[in-house]
Amino acid sequence: MYRVAALLVFAAAAAAADDPVPARRAELLHLVRQDCGACHGLTLKGGLGPSLEPAVLAAKDAEQMSFVILHGRGGTPMPPWSAHLSEFEARWIVEQLRKGLPK
Amino acid sequence: MRTLLIAAISLAVCACAVPPLRGTGDLGLVVERAAGRVMLVETTGRSVLGRIEGLGDLSHASVVFSRDGRYAYVFGRDGGLSKVDLLRARIEHRVLQAGNSIGGAISQDGRLVAVANYAPGGIRIFDARSLEPLSEVPTGAKVVGIADAPGNRFVFSLFEAGEIWIVDASDPRRPSVRKIGGIGKQPYDGFITPNGRHYIAGLFGEDGLALVDLWNAQGGAQRILGGYGRGEQPLPVYKMPHLRGWAVAGRYIFLPAIGRHEVLVLDSVTWTEAGRITVHGQPVFAVAQPGGQRVWVNFAFPRNDVVQVIDVAAMQVVRELRPGRAVLHLEFTPRGEQVWISSRDDGAVVVYDGASYAELARLPAESPSGIFLTSRGAMTGF
Repeated sequence: MYRVAALLVFAAAAAAADDPVPARRAELLHLVRQDCGACHGLTLKGGLGPSLEPAVLAAKDAEQMSFVILHGRGGTPMPPWSAHLSEFEARWIVEQLRKGLPK
Repeated sequence: MRTLLIAAISLAVCACAVPPLRGTGDLGLVVERAAGRVMLVETTGRSVLGRIEGLGDLSHASVVFSRDGRYAYVFGRDGGLSKVDLLRARIEHRVLQAGNSIGGAISQDGRLVAVANYAPGGIRIFDARSLEPLSEVPTGAKVVGIADAPGNRFVFSLFEAGEIWIVDASDPRRPSVRKIGGIGKQPYDGFITPNGRHYIAGLFGEDGLALVDLWNAQGGAQRILGGYGRGEQPLPVYKMPHLRGWAVAGRYIFLPAIGRHEVLVLDSVTWTEAGRITVHGQPVFAVAQPGGQRVWVNFAFPRNDVVQVIDVAAMQVVRELRPGRAVLHLEFTPRGEQVWISSRDDGAVVVYDGASYAELARLPAESPSGIFLTSRGAMTGF
């Protein structure tokens, strides 16, 4: 358990150190707002897809969320984004969503 | 002297308050979705007449028009329903009627506006003049593909439930409902043919569509184009296609395939596949140019900077245009001599000549999405 916690902390630190470069960050935020927003709503309050607001995501597992971003969710319209996003980028997006996207 | 002055002042005030005399047949609204604003445009001189602010969250906005073409009803994602006076370029009424909405329709007689809601799932019916709420029909599922049908009826599909409901609102405070079940998995949108007879729902959860003959609704739904994917693994769909009666060109209906870079051609006499056309990406809108000689198609992320034109007689792509990045929507003027196309990421609405494909105008707009012209007010299904 401690080991898992330590690993998670390590993973978080590593992710922070490997933040996408600023230009890519802007692209990713644009993608989240506009293209994820097509189903989840521009303000991410939900639509055909569920809400991605911080309050909703707080209870969800971050690894699970980046897995869903990369590989989609079978039986639902959520598509796999792995052709367009790296694992790092998916994790970074989850972090941003949990914090609430910058305005 | 004083009387004269007062008379002159009141005359001046009147002159300000009365909009210049003009018709609305060449007007329309373009949604600037990130700004919660719409642009009022006219298609004769291809110009922007004004902007109307304060419409809320327009991430998935749509618009229908009053039968006289003066008023637009704007449906916002946040459940906002706004009645916009096109001649005065201002909001006349606005209600927040649900938590999460997808669109709406106006009744055949123009007296009722129905809003389709995701949360809470259902439709709500309003007086088109005052926006007074008249009734609601809860569904317990997300409502998609709402269309008006003859007889002041509204037809829609339920995403999770796999049903089509026909609501007769002739008595708007006591609407009656006919439910058609077992139509197939996950209907994502639906439309009514321009003659008002057939309602067709596209299915996301399986290959095929559901067809209801509204002249014989007790006959239930019929599956059409079943198994069009031929058992092949579908490609990822990064944006849901949209269906409306604009896809009808003569006897053929042009429909986006789901998870395939194809437009399916449905024969509306035999209700069987008449062909399929390989296109640039996952189609989102397939829109027949008035007259039905050509069908214009835009595409989902990441191949969304292209519009392709299909020649109906040849059943093949004959032209490719690049209006800008992230093409979200296209709309023809009623006689099809020009088409308006929105490029979200280039911040522009681009107008093309419908015959020569020449670019006629490029109007700056902030993240433009849907383009809605008043001619929709005279069409069944909107």
